[in-house]
Amino acid sequence: MKLTPSQMAWRAAQDIADGAYVNLGIGFPEMVAKFQPPGREAIFHTENGILGFGEAPAAGTEDWDLINAGKKAVTLKPGTAFFHHADSFAMVRGGHLDVAILGAYEVAETGDLANWSTGPKGVPAVGGAMDLVHGARQVAVLTDHVTKDGKPKLVQRCSLPLTGVGCVTRIYSSLAVIDVSLGRFVLREKLAELTLEGLQALTGATLHLDGPVADLTVSEL
Amino acid sequence: MDKTLPDLATAVAGIDDGMTVMIGGFGGSGAPIELVHALIDRFLATGHPKDLTVVNNNAGNGHVGLAALIEAGMVRKLICSFPRSADPVVFTEAYRAGAIELELVPQGTLAERIRAGGAGIPAFYTPTSFGTDLAQGKPVEEFEGRPYVQERWLKADVALVKAHLGDRLGNLTYRMAGRNFNPLMCMAAAQTIVQVSHIVEPGGIDPEAVVTPGIFVQGVVEVASPAQEEDLNRAGAVYPEAAA
Repeated sequence: MKLTPSQMAWRAAQDIADGAYVNLGIGFPEMVAKFQPPGREAIFHTENGILGFGEAPAAGTEDWDLINAGKKAVTLKPGTAFFHHADSFAMVRGGHLDVAILGAYEVAETGDLANWSTGPKGVPAVGGAMDLVHGARQVAVLTDHVTKDGKPKLVQRCSLPLTGVGCVTRIYSSLAVIDVSLGRFVLREKLAELTLEGLQALTGATLHLDGPVADLTVSEL
Repeated sequence: MDKTLPDLATAVAGIDDGMTVMIGGFGGSGAPIELVHALIDRFLATGHPKDLTVVNNNAGNGHVGLAALIEAGMVRKLICSFPRSADPVVFTEAYRAGAIELELVPQGTLAERIRAGGAGIPAFYTPTSFGTDLAQGKPVEEFEGRPYVQERWLKADVALVKAHLGDRLGNLTYRMAGRNFNPLMCMAAAQTIVQVSHIVEPGGIDPEAVVTPGIFVQGVVEVASPAQEEDLNRAGAVYPEAAA
């Protein structure tokens, strides 16, 4: 009883307005591009210097100078623009992006995000995540509601190294849509078959209510 | 004025032990693989250069390009944002063995530090990394009520860059997302050496289309049909090829 990554991506895509400039993080968030509602045109930004790229090419037709931040091949569309890395991150930090959608290890009710390091073991790698959490008008997170072993990923305070402080504005989880506002989680939508108490039990901080909670309804994808 | 160089060996001849070398590219796109391989050839022939500090977004992939440079034991320190790739085994093993030092820098901060180095700006403030481990020890100041972290410029002795078209004056264009860090690194190094797919006559690049003006470039060498790291890795390439 939870949304698949595709379903989470579909739900996040419904909130992207016509004309929005959007950066999608590596991994699950990349799928959001597939679910743009008809009639809306969003322009996708990738850190390595492309605005307005198209879908993945057919296997065997890749051009390896035309890749996204995940190093996957993409395609040109009419209106594509290229630029260097300093301009790319001017778009990020300068407040020119409308939405950034990222993955998460943990999100705190304060809006703190941890998504770059699982601790001292392993090789640390940060990429553009610390830049992306600053600047975009909305920083949304797409994540399973709990870890693989059932622990809450939505918590009072992050235990893992932070990517950014007070930066997350909305969470699209596998169970709910939650806004982060004034240091609180505010529940907006939840799966209809889940009780409020059931959802709260899977959440590491208090879920606040501010108006009615809608059913989170996504068809099979 | 003629900045063209006759061959790759000449292009990398001035790189000495202990230098800081910026290498362009984001993953394989825009990575000057032939220049890097020429540097490895020189090391294998002469034992130099070694103890290099390399600046790149990544840490190499497979056993070619930057990964091969690390595998050859030429790199003392890497400054990068994302030392992971499809096949990061070379860097990962060197790092775990304590054979290479890592300075991890957020990608946008890395780009801006390089830009600042080229633009004569010794330090700047960014919101990126505030409140995180990567801001430790750095000055923080508030502007319009928000905290910002001070970051310093990054400069290099040499930049190795890949471009598409170049002329003898050093004017450059790039190919698609192969642009990435390359124009910034051109600005930030004392010696910028560029491999281009085609050398054209001055005027062969529309002045409106010049991305890097020649003032930022010291040497241009033609490498027609350059290899793509992704193609090499899919073919299982190793540099240098093992002796038969």
